[in-house]
Amino acid sequence: MATIDSKIPEGALAEKWSNYKAHQKLVNPANKRKLDIIVVGSGLAGASAAATLGSLGFKVKCFCIQDSPRRAHSIAAQGGINAAKNYQNDGDSVYRLFMDTIKGGDYRAREANVYRLAEVSNNIIDQCVAQGVPFAREYGGTLANRSFGGSQVSRTFYARGQTGQQLLLGAYSALCYQVNQGNVELFTRCEMLDLVMIKDDKGKERARGIIYRDLVSGEIKRCSAHAVVVGTGGYGNAYFLSTNAMTSNGSAIMQCYRKGAWFANPAFAQIHPTCIPVQGDKQSKLTLMSESLRNDGRIWVPKKLEDAQKLQKGLINPNDIPDEDRDFYLERRYPAFGNLVPRDVASRAAKERCDKGYGVNATGLAVFLDFKYAIQTFGKQVIADKYGNLFDMYEEITDVNPYENPMMIFPAIHYTMGGLWVDYELQTSIPGLFAIGECNFSDHGANRLGASALMQGLADGYFVLPYTIQSYLADQISIPRFSTDLPEFEAAEKAVKERIAKLMRINGKRSVDSIHKELGHIMWEYVGMGRTEESLKTAIKKLDEVEKTFWTDLRIPGDAQTLNVELEKALRLIDFIETGKLMAYDALNREESCGGHFREEHQTPEGEALRHDDIFSYVACWSYKGEGKKPEMLKEPLNYEFVKVETRNYKN
Amino acid sequence: MEKTISFKLKIWRQRGPKEKGQFKVYEMKDISTDASFLEMLDILNEQLINAGEEPVVFDHDCREGICGMCSLYINGYPHGPATGATTCQLYMRRFKDGETITVEPWRSAGFPIIRDLMVDRTAYDKIMQAGGYVSINTGGVPDANSIPISKEKADLAMDAASCIGCGACVAACKNGSAMLFVSAKVSQLALLPQGQVEAERRVKAMLAKMDELGFGNCTNTRACEAECPKNVSISNIARLNREFIVAKLRD
Repeated sequence: MATIDSKIPEGALAEKWSNYKAHQKLVNPANKRKLDIIVVGSGLAGASAAATLGSLGFKVKCFCIQDSPRRAHSIAAQGGINAAKNYQNDGDSVYRLFMDTIKGGDYRAREANVYRLAEVSNNIIDQCVAQGVPFAREYGGTLANRSFGGSQVSRTFYARGQTGQQLLLGAYSALCYQVNQGNVELFTRCEMLDLVMIKDDKGKERARGIIYRDLVSGEIKRCSAHAVVVGTGGYGNAYFLSTNAMTSNGSAIMQCYRKGAWFANPAFAQIHPTCIPVQGDKQSKLTLMSESLRNDGRIWVPKKLEDAQKLQKGLINPNDIPDEDRDFYLERRYPAFGNLVPRDVASRAAKERCDKGYGVNATGLAVFLDFKYAIQTFGKQVIADKYGNLFDMYEEITDVNPYENPMMIFPAIHYTMGGLWVDYELQTSIPGLFAIGECNFSDHGANRLGASALMQGLADGYFVLPYTIQSYLADQISIPRFSTDLPEFEAAEKAVKERIAKLMRINGKRSVDSIHKELGHIMWEYVGMGRTEESLKTAIKKLDEVEKTFWTDLRIPGDAQTLNVELEKALRLIDFIETGKLMAYDALNREESCGGHFREEHQTPEGEALRHDDIFSYVACWSYKGEGKKPEMLKEPLNYEFVKVETRNYKN
Repeated sequence: MEKTISFKLKIWRQRGPKEKGQFKVYEMKDISTDASFLEMLDILNEQLINAGEEPVVFDHDCREGICGMCSLYINGYPHGPATGATTCQLYMRRFKDGETITVEPWRSAGFPIIRDLMVDRTAYDKIMQAGGYVSINTGGVPDANSIPISKEKADLAMDAASCIGCGACVAACKNGSAMLFVSAKVSQLALLPQGQVEAERRVKAMLAKMDELGFGNCTNTRACEAECPKNVSISNIARLNREFIVAKLRD
């Protein structure tokens, strides 16, 4: 069994990153110009990495599947970005942000990585302000903050309900600057279809390029580089219905996995508590309502089962239920954090109430998020100023006015903490292949705190990868640029073309979406919020059946050698099916509950997650063993040197 | 109870940029009024695929009104009849039973059609690359609170910055002008001290690129503002003009 070296630097926690930077290898300016880097993805991680690597002088090629880098799904993040600035003088510090993140992740993340994340968080805010990101400000001209789940300080910086948009546009503008300077070349409407590896003179395989499809012309093309960086986001769309964008996919992760990169903790998926509930079988996605709403909204269901049943039948209006008959179950169960408990805790609590029959809409799968109390305290105008755009969005979708009636919300798949395994340098188990942002597994453990995804994406792209990739590239300065005519590119392209031809030949009767919905249903039902040994074994069986349906009954109209949206979706779907299986394997293996992974067999008498640190304090790294074969699991032990591992407590 | 409607869809189909396009009519039956417009198109595409035909191609991604990808011209309006909303935020309850709904791509010289309802908006990226940024590298910047910015200025900058780059303003404009798009970025950065350092260079470079790419000029019809899904105001165009005049006077 391979030993796993996570390359954590020596020294005290607070000194590791400084020590690393002080002693790492660098590439001089003249040599940087001779080195090519491919960055796949243009979200917060990809765009910030491409822009920064370009500004350092490397030759960068940046790929995105949309028509412009500005469309990446980071743009949809609403609430904010965390940083340990302590501008509010409320007791925040780098150490506290680190602790909150470690605890929020249910002690399943690496200490050194998380500390570094907290450390560079402050640089991110400085950088974004310098780019012209219009963060919210106080009348005195300083930056405003608000609080988010899982913390007792106000450390979240925001730009109305559009923080992700403003941060992405900041990174996109930095990218535009580098394009203008000739350091970055953009490949829009292009999708990576495989990773190309080439052996070096010592016989060691290294990532040296990609095969991609030009989505407009349908052509299969090649691109070579000295290193490849993937920043392609998460795989939440394995559930079909999620808060992800329609094209968000985990295929780049799977391509790298099949070439030997480990897939770490695939079972760790985050279910966001405040989404608009599902309302029909034709629905294409779930819309998130920002976690920031939990600052002022109170979550409740009726105390009396008969009230819930009347609500389900539409016989009464929620406003008819008096306060004393309302069960503010988060405030009841978690007095210290109340409505601001972390996402996994809030989601499970909603499921618990709905499972008991207290759901408030026709399907019984919804709870209330009520602003009545905040409007009584602060007035309608204050609430409108804070959340106006979110309220308008809610009303447009549901036809219900949230100023007058409580919102209805329910948990939905939102983010995946699992992803490509990376070491401290963000390098995967394939030399020369790096993974950043949501597509790696590194910083969030088993649960991500709100406003930390933006922080991690930008930390990786602006301040971590641009350093660590140089350690790798310093050895590569004498290697000339690669020709894409090499036999490795030839073989990879041929394999991609055969895969596509195989898909086009199926010629069955089912659309991609119809099979994807079937997959999503299985994932939600059996690998969702509450998992059991039985449900996971059922899932694996059912996923095999879906895979069979895919390969025998799929229909892709049109031609592969031109624009073909159905073909694009089919290529992503088959990877989602394989990802789904990996998630089920991993969830089955992890016989404990932690963060977003809840095994019903493992809970405390009060229904809280029950970890088994003596057995499962490790990162599960799944290694590909060939088509149709069960992958092998390797363990990277998690050693907590500086933090005392405890049971998470949001009660007092 | 779920309400449904039936209607005719008249959709523009065009194979490629140089090929001739035409309207095709599809009958849609019993569509839930709670479905979004794009979900309705998903239903149509599912029907087409099941009949062995090629689905209608249209751009879409986030489906929550922020990525700027969706771009349909519905019944003569960019993003359809709702105001302050993108196509993906449009719901079928806005339409009536028995009506004919006409769907076209953005039509503008600056945005050539790729296929059906999908257009090429790379011109916007090119305008941004001409100067829509603050010329700084990563690192070496001052503390975020070192320069106070009035709340009023920050809010105005945020209003401008909410542009999603969808192109509705160009599609709405009889001159095919990209002035609202350009002015939103110029305004955002001109309002903030960080962007003021190179404001003059920026406004000239972005406008020159806009002209070069074949977009028309502004004649103050305000169609752009009326159709903008993010309600970006044409006062930004006034600010852009001021910025431009000041920059030119110093030449």
